[in-house]
Amino acid sequence: MTKDLETFRTETRAWLEENCPPSMRTPMTGEDDAVWGGKNYEFKNPEAKLWLERMGAKGWTAPTWPAEYGGGGLSADENRVLQSELKRINARQPLFSFGIWMLGPVLLEYANEEQKKEHLPKIVRGEIRWCQGYSEPGAGSDLAGLQTKCEDKGDHWLINGQKVWTSYANYADWCFCLVRTDTSVKHEGISFVLIDMTTKGVETRPIKLISGSSPFCETFFTDVKVPKHQMVGRLNGGWEIAKRLLMYERTNISGFGSNTRVDVVDLAKKHVGLEGGALEDRDLRARIAAHKMTERAYALSVQRATEEAKAGGNVSHMASMFKVAGATLNQDRCELMVEAAGNRALGWAGEGFSADDLATTRGWLRSKGNSIEGGTTEINLNVVAKRVLGLRDTQ
Amino acid sequence: MTFTLNDEQRMLKDAARDFFREQAPVTRLRKQRDEKKNGRDPDLWREMAAMGWAGVIIPEEFGGVGLGYVALGAVLEEGGRTLVASPLHSSALAGASALLLAGTDAQKQEWLPKIAAGEVTATIAIDEGAHHAPTKSKMKFDGGKLTGEKKYVADGHIADLIIVAGADALYLVKSDAAGLTRRELITADSRGAADLKFEGVAAQKMNGGADVIDAILDRARIGLAAEMVGQASEAFEITSEYLKTRRQFGQVIGGFQALQHRAAKLFTDLELTRSCVLAALDALDRNSNNIAEYASLAKARASETVHLASNEMVQLHGGIGMTDEHDAGLYLKRARVAEALYGGASFHRDRYASLLGF
Repeated sequence: MTKDLETFRTETRAWLEENCPPSMRTPMTGEDDAVWGGKNYEFKNPEAKLWLERMGAKGWTAPTWPAEYGGGGLSADENRVLQSELKRINARQPLFSFGIWMLGPVLLEYANEEQKKEHLPKIVRGEIRWCQGYSEPGAGSDLAGLQTKCEDKGDHWLINGQKVWTSYANYADWCFCLVRTDTSVKHEGISFVLIDMTTKGVETRPIKLISGSSPFCETFFTDVKVPKHQMVGRLNGGWEIAKRLLMYERTNISGFGSNTRVDVVDLAKKHVGLEGGALEDRDLRARIAAHKMTERAYALSVQRATEEAKAGGNVSHMASMFKVAGATLNQDRCELMVEAAGNRALGWAGEGFSADDLATTRGWLRSKGNSIEGGTTEINLNVVAKRVLGLRDTQ
Repeated sequence: MTFTLNDEQRMLKDAARDFFREQAPVTRLRKQRDEKKNGRDPDLWREMAAMGWAGVIIPEEFGGVGLGYVALGAVLEEGGRTLVASPLHSSALAGASALLLAGTDAQKQEWLPKIAAGEVTATIAIDEGAHHAPTKSKMKFDGGKLTGEKKYVADGHIADLIIVAGADALYLVKSDAAGLTRRELITADSRGAADLKFEGVAAQKMNGGADVIDAILDRARIGLAAEMVGQASEAFEITSEYLKTRRQFGQVIGGFQALQHRAAKLFTDLELTRSCVLAALDALDRNSNNIAEYASLAKARASETVHLASNEMVQLHGGIGMTDEHDAGLYLKRARVAEALYGGASFHRDRYASLLGF
């Protein structure tokens, strides 16, 4: 390591030592501990607020974004040092944010200077919470079939239509949204606009899922007036931005929603028991072993892709591949957890089941969405087949 | 962890790829088979040795080039692509590793330079039953003489030097020693192997116990996994090209989504496995403390992946894939043999679970 990086490590370590509150160095106990920020966010823990403020002020919630837009301005090497130092003290992620994972990277690439200056710093500091207005009731996997209408009314855009699966739209301050600006063409008639969720005519309604929770919403737009300057990129040029954003989404989503607090092996040891050092249920043992191997293979592949990207290799195709593999992996893990926990994972609510038991049940049901959200497994397999393997549709 | 090759390793890999494509394509294996050579091809091995490949992991002081396991893995992978039958794995990897890890100074001095030069080929003799079970050896060593049996010894029919594993010790035996009977096996992969019978055969004890046997086996497993990734990659690429040209129902079959998805899944599986094998080879060069874990991971996943790739190769080629004229069958047969050697997927899943403590 160069001398500069060593200095950076020393300084970072000292800063974290001083600024990361003690309760932010403990593992999260559940999804409720995730800090999402935004105008109306209520912090359950004052130290979580402090941690976000301090990290946000440093720009370290988005360490590699340029400092002029509120980011940390760190090089890739410095960021690796920062991440390893955060890991060393088991620091919690200060902010969970679609703005950082998905919107920010495309704004950096496609937005004009004014838009970048307006939105990026607020994302970094967790002041504005974003949701994604992509899917519609009639346009899920066939996303480009979307119909939400956006008309040019001279001094503003007028938006009418409905979105679905808008994660946390009921808590979001703003929405990045795909709209139809030309009905005569499909992909080339889509634009990318930013919408303030408090605008008149925006309405959200949570959707209850099989897991009992409702992170998703339906979002309705009725005669919503959006200022002209809130379109990103050119008119009818939204599809390219949409695809790029999906790539970021797929890269981030593969590990998302996986509550890895309880290890499947520990769970099996607890509920199945050991006989001569091996799980008594030998078939389950073999299947868990195969799963643990895939988990390791996945982790090693992510490491490899990172290394290849650093060496200048083209790893863009990896996003779809990782999305498919990550979803399958998480679903397999959840199935095995339920199986290992036996009747302890069959509860729904009330007494008689521990919080961990209930989390196992709910996590299993939630995981079914992993192969649907962010592009279904089938759509991502299409992407791999076409873009990586060069297999072309013939119709 | 390093997954990318350095310049030296990259040059070696490129040279190996060119060599195997030009000098030893699958037709060479076919020719050996049709001429009933059962894996014997001294001319090919001489050329490979001249490239320095017999001594890739052997240090310079013993006549090798000392480039390590990542480098040898790259050559093995390229050889796997064209199903090359040669003592590269048995001698340059398994035999050389055994001598490096368990040889006495005198044994190293005597044999390593000859192995590095390709003048002598070595192999390791492990199993005594139908399944890989290194701890169940009944080999007896008494007064410098070895008695017992070994089954399905890879290249056991051509090796000059046989490193025999007992339950907790290793022995060095010359293949022309009195009392050693070799029954040559005609095998499905056309490479051949041998069952060996030792009746009071003069043998030299080597250093180390069961741990060293395991360490040697792990090197054999990881190297074979590299070869298997090569086989699986080639099988996959041939199949994926076929999907782009074969027409049915008036269109290329690669246009059918059902087949696109199978190809994409296979590709994903192959990439995940490749990461495991690269990590395992790297673990050997770094002398990592969890080589055993990496070895079982790599061998189990490579076994699954090479079966998937070769089975899909047959199925997606349809009828032509069932013919002897097509190469698909050769990949299928080699996959089965490669899995069985040094522990198949089940063996390594079981071992992996034990290593992880459950």
